[in-house]
Amino acid sequence: MNAEVQKEESMVLQKKMIGEHFETLSKAGESGRKVVYTFVPGNLNELILAFDLLPVHPEVNALQSGMRKLSGDYIQEAEKQGHSEDVCTYVKCDIGMLKKGNIGPTGEKLPPPDLLLLSYTGCFTFMKWFELLKQESGCPVVMLQVPYQAEGKITPSQREFVARQLRDVVVPALEQVSGKKLDEDRLKELLASSARAEDDLVYVWESAKHKPSPIDAYFVGVYYIGPIFTAFRGLPSCEAYYRELRREVDFRIAHGMGPTTPEGELRQQKYRIVVEGPPNWTSFRDFWKIFHDEGVVMVASTYTKVGGLYEQGFRHDPARPFETLAEYCLGCYTNRNLPARVDIIAKYVEEYEADGILFNSIKSCNSFSAGQLMMLRELEKRTGKAGAFIESDLVDPRYFSAANIKNRLESYFQMLEAKRQAA
Amino acid sequence: MGTQDIIDRCERIYRDLDFAYVHEWKARTGGKAVGFMPVYVPRELIHAAGILPVGIMGGGDDVEIIRGDAYFQSYICHIPRSTVELGLAGKLDVLDGMLFPAICDVIRNLSGMWQMMFAHKYVRYLDFPQTFNDAGREFYRAEMAELLVDLEALSGIQATPERLNASIALYNANRRALAELYDLRSAEPQRVPTSELYLLLRAGNVLEVSEHTVMLQQYLAAARASQRPLRDNVRVVASGLFCEQPPLSMVRAMENSGCYIVDDDWVLGARYQLHDTATGANPLGAIVDAYMSDTVATATRYVEGDDKGAFLVEQVRSRNAEGVIFAAASFCDPALLDRPMGQKALADAGIPYTAFTYSENTGQVQVIKEQAGTFADSIKLWGAVA
Repeated sequence: MNAEVQKEESMVLQKKMIGEHFETLSKAGESGRKVVYTFVPGNLNELILAFDLLPVHPEVNALQSGMRKLSGDYIQEAEKQGHSEDVCTYVKCDIGMLKKGNIGPTGEKLPPPDLLLLSYTGCFTFMKWFELLKQESGCPVVMLQVPYQAEGKITPSQREFVARQLRDVVVPALEQVSGKKLDEDRLKELLASSARAEDDLVYVWESAKHKPSPIDAYFVGVYYIGPIFTAFRGLPSCEAYYRELRREVDFRIAHGMGPTTPEGELRQQKYRIVVEGPPNWTSFRDFWKIFHDEGVVMVASTYTKVGGLYEQGFRHDPARPFETLAEYCLGCYTNRNLPARVDIIAKYVEEYEADGILFNSIKSCNSFSAGQLMMLRELEKRTGKAGAFIESDLVDPRYFSAANIKNRLESYFQMLEAKRQAA
Repeated sequence: MGTQDIIDRCERIYRDLDFAYVHEWKARTGGKAVGFMPVYVPRELIHAAGILPVGIMGGGDDVEIIRGDAYFQSYICHIPRSTVELGLAGKLDVLDGMLFPAICDVIRNLSGMWQMMFAHKYVRYLDFPQTFNDAGREFYRAEMAELLVDLEALSGIQATPERLNASIALYNANRRALAELYDLRSAEPQRVPTSELYLLLRAGNVLEVSEHTVMLQQYLAAARASQRPLRDNVRVVASGLFCEQPPLSMVRAMENSGCYIVDDDWVLGARYQLHDTATGANPLGAIVDAYMSDTVATATRYVEGDDKGAFLVEQVRSRNAEGVIFAAASFCDPALLDRPMGQKALADAGIPYTAFTYSENTGQVQVIKEQAGTFADSIKLWGAVA
């Protein structure tokens, strides 16, 4: 990999936003600002911001620990405390990080939670995670249960259930921890801002329909979702980030350019792939390079939809604040049933004119992984495109085998080439 | 009828992966049958719609996995692969539908697989409330009302309040008989070997409820009359086995290791409620109320407040147990994520524990027997300090 990575303005903006957020968090004790730990899928960022609370996302801390090669020690620390080797490594990384001083991604100590906002969306483990954190920290938990879209659609009963919990349970809990009453006008402003940023993000995702694609919707896409999936959705800085990103994408389209990668621009795009599943974070750059070296561009991915499937039309609607938050939570990718997930991927393959489908199956994420082999069969049948299936983990370095993955992918790319030649 | 005759029949039912009883029941009654996965479904609703509820708890150690492994990665637990194996082998064709209760992400996603694999069959994922307030109650009531409409359409039989009350009464009687069985095992464990209790529970997954209740009552009478010597065993609670079931050989190994298992959480759906469900003018509401506020604590159910692990500690104390064996299926997220919290509660209460993992087709039970035996020995030698 090149030592000097080319930085675009949007990257600089995001780095500054994250840096400032973690600095604010590190000073929460002095400033008296209250801190809410919550999860990315189904996050209620606008509501948290409406109370001037500071969000912390444990999954983001875990993936950052993975990228900084710290997760292995954290996981082993948790396993020493009795946590099983078989379970989610995000959880163990978080527990281990807590045991080792709760130092955040920027090297500053994270404040303890004043409230654990358990948005139970699309992942059973979230519930156990915050039960564990409650036992560790003694911090109260407020639960928002988001029912599963088992029939592939949101029912009125589900929407009302979530909206009612927001009004009757979550808002009072946030009022208590913040000492403020909800200012609904402020909430509506934040929601309107979210919708504007969401418009720009959708524009960016759909730009991958161009050839060459001006973006990589997976390896670069995970950076694109940073602001909108975490502490910034609803803020002017988030809107500004996506405006800038859209401007950069427009520039690349106008000049027939590919995405910016650590290896430089990816203009020669040999294969267009749709990806299902999260990436591996401990060897993220090595993993990415396997694809870059083969001229692979990821034109769509499902992982970048865990915090919102905006390209299907959803936008936060300030006119219906609680109902829109409910629909947002219900609509996140892993809250959709398997047939719906197959439909989404098949649509990506068609609309983005993909050459193939890649499943990165994650050992410790059953929400994504259970059923993926069946999804692959269905997708190959429906789209006629070849699928590849590799296995790794989120943040456990013991489960990333570079040689095995590379061998399997090389065979896959040879198959794609053979199919292309035969066509 | 002696205990052995009853247990022999139970073991035949347990081993019968062709579900001959279900075929026979359907032929005899002309009714439908619906399968359900662990942990809990309100069987009263199914029964009131004239349908036989059938607990599908994987294939155990009697089924060779040929196709099921092709659907799941090595790091997924065993129960979905053996269930898929049974489905693809046509063993579950006798079922007119399948219910997948909210347990974990694997069973949740299995519901979607089932929708794709068996598109002509009725398939429903049952979402249960994890918020035990008015919003959760209303959501659950709506879920159950929808389920009832589906079941009525499937069977063509309306689950009137009278039918619902009758079904509730039958399941209340069944729960009382099971509670009696558990109480007898705890009071006189030599009279109710755990392997026999386990087979009785497994039979209840298949048998029509009133027939199962009669079987339990006959067993209770025979067990009370039996003469079996009391051994110098340690009294333990087995925890974490609520979904993927242990093979019978493992249950036998545990009880032959010097442990009397005096409480457990396998086949938990049959004992999920602690007391009777009320009968009366609003039976559906009573079923909802029972779920909301009168159940066991288990890993798949969110525990509000600060009493995580309190149920387990109370289970140990009320059964006068001396320790806990945490046995979890490999890769079982709920059990394995819950375990450290249970262990902390036990440690705080000075209760010894040990832990291991298994799968439904675990063949080598000697290691488990040795571990349970060592645990029993340590309690005998050092008591709660172990």
